[in-house]
Amino acid sequence: MTMIDSPSLGAPSTGSARPGGRRARAGRAVTYTLVTALALAIAVPVAWVLTASLKAKSEFFGSPWTLPEALRWENYVDAFTDAHLGSYFLTSVLVTVLGLVFVLAVSVPAAYVIARYDFPGKGAVETALLAGLFVNVNYIVVPIFLMLVDWDKALVDAFPDGFFLDNPTVLSLVYAATSIPFTIYLLTAYFRSIPVEYEDAAALDGASRFRIMTTIMLPMARPAVTTVILFNFLAYWNDFIISLTLLPGEGKTVQVGLLNLFTAQKAAADYGRLYAGMVIVIVPVLLVYALIQKRLIEGMASGGVKG
Amino acid sequence: MTTLSTPPRQPAARPVKKTGATFRRTRPGAPDRTRKRGDTRFVLACLLPALVLFAVFMVYPTVNVFRMSLYTWSGFSPDMKFVGLDNFRHLLDDRQFVRAFQNTVALLVVVTVATMGMALFLAAIMTRQKLRGGNLLRFVLYIPNILSVVVIAAIFSAVYDQNNGLLNGSLRAVSLDTWQQVWLGDQKLVLYSVGMAMVWQSLGYYMVLYMSSMASIPEELYEASSLDGASAVRQFFSLTLPLIWQNLRTSLTFFVMSAVNLSFVLVRAMTGGGPDGSSEVLLSYMYKQAYTNSSYGYGMAIGVVIFAFSFLVSLLVSRATRREPLQF
Repeated sequence: MTMIDSPSLGAPSTGSARPGGRRARAGRAVTYTLVTALALAIAVPVAWVLTASLKAKSEFFGSPWTLPEALRWENYVDAFTDAHLGSYFLTSVLVTVLGLVFVLAVSVPAAYVIARYDFPGKGAVETALLAGLFVNVNYIVVPIFLMLVDWDKALVDAFPDGFFLDNPTVLSLVYAATSIPFTIYLLTAYFRSIPVEYEDAAALDGASRFRIMTTIMLPMARPAVTTVILFNFLAYWNDFIISLTLLPGEGKTVQVGLLNLFTAQKAAADYGRLYAGMVIVIVPVLLVYALIQKRLIEGMASGGVKG
Repeated sequence: MTTLSTPPRQPAARPVKKTGATFRRTRPGAPDRTRKRGDTRFVLACLLPALVLFAVFMVYPTVNVFRMSLYTWSGFSPDMKFVGLDNFRHLLDDRQFVRAFQNTVALLVVVTVATMGMALFLAAIMTRQKLRGGNLLRFVLYIPNILSVVVIAAIFSAVYDQNNGLLNGSLRAVSLDTWQQVWLGDQKLVLYSVGMAMVWQSLGYYMVLYMSSMASIPEELYEASSLDGASAVRQFFSLTLPLIWQNLRTSLTFFVMSAVNLSFVLVRAMTGGGPDGSSEVLLSYMYKQAYTNSSYGYGMAIGVVIFAFSFLVSLLVSRATRREPLQF
């Protein structure tokens, strides 16, 4: 069908527009305007941060719409070194990567077993994981913190400085643990959608259960794994509540570092540093999003099995 | 069912996070495509690591929220005193708590209505009119959803800045000086300023979500109803809405729950609950009681209220929106 047949919602609704009538065209114009306005409302603040990160200090006190006179890359140097965002950035990368490794290492086998095997207590496991979908980390961050404090107290002889708090590896374990329900849920659904014939054939060829899982099923589940990686990457990289609580010492994540810059700026008006810091935090996310989105589409287009 | 629409550009699996469109599949009791029994060792080896992590870092802390709400405890000291339901009794007299509760409810209502209404409206006109540039638009609309809350908070305090902010600066530029506001400093306004940031963050996500479910509605239905003389508005309410109702329903439930969290992280980063507690929400008040005030037991009692509250709201939403599922 052609577009002309569909009366537009943007036009006044007293009757249906005539095919090709002026009403329909006006409706489309209204729609374009609305949608463009919305896209601008999203894009302008983000673009504004990018340009503002290159402004000199004095330029922040005029009209917000001026472009920077000269490109002040010093803001970035300042943010990276003086504000320690460089080392915080590395902590964030470490925690995010470790978290992803942990969550995939434990969730892929578990999801596969839940999708394909029958075992006693399976219903209970599934129900518990499903309930876990509804428990947000923010609800339980306080007890997690207290638990780690307790563990540190118990180990005070072996590790006088504490082991569990201020430990990026423990933080990434917590990240991994709290995203297990969602990850297993998504992967299980996907594994179930893959026909069992592939595994039957491999089993006939004498492949072990472990090999079937890693070399047959895992590659076939790549679209789902990519989705899981994207979501968990965003969750780990963007989190600040858990890392603020569990890394109270010097080694912060980049989000907490940015939050500190943001709080300090309210008093000291050191804008250039803050905006440079924001760009440093945004860029990896935008890059990964742009890259993985493309790969996800490819996976869908070429994919034999859909979730 | 026919699929006239273009092949989905969004991966089918992606919206699952918030819509739970395939929920029924994993509900216990549903028929499983399980095919083999046995090899307990393999099953255990695969399952145990995940279950241990899940039990230690999710189940145990969740149980602890409920247990600790019955104690008074100042944190690091060893003496925990069992006080039964005293913490909850205190909550009723705590005016700051009542205010945080009211703020949470107000934010939920305003933000949900605004986000859902606008997302549905825009998704409907975009799907019906098949605008060009859909891919680019989808990319842009999704961006707020991938930004961290700290970044969003920083962006919006730049937007709201009293002197040089985008909002006040622009109002000055078009000589509407009298419309200028102290967006984050005004006790009456601050909650709506936070709400606006929340809508900004989630609108695009839900628009993209509804666009993909609307795109799967067969075109013939619209053609037929046009022939019968149905107006566009009529089509929206009697065709589009009923046909995507199940999607709408699940996404609404998840939206309410994520909004409770988003309001907390935004408030924590943007206003710290101020000025004078006027933007405090339930979770931020819990956090404050637990860390700043070291009243862990009291904080956990607030946590229990939050659990119960979000559970009840989800239940209410799902009850209130129950309809006979429609198929096309």
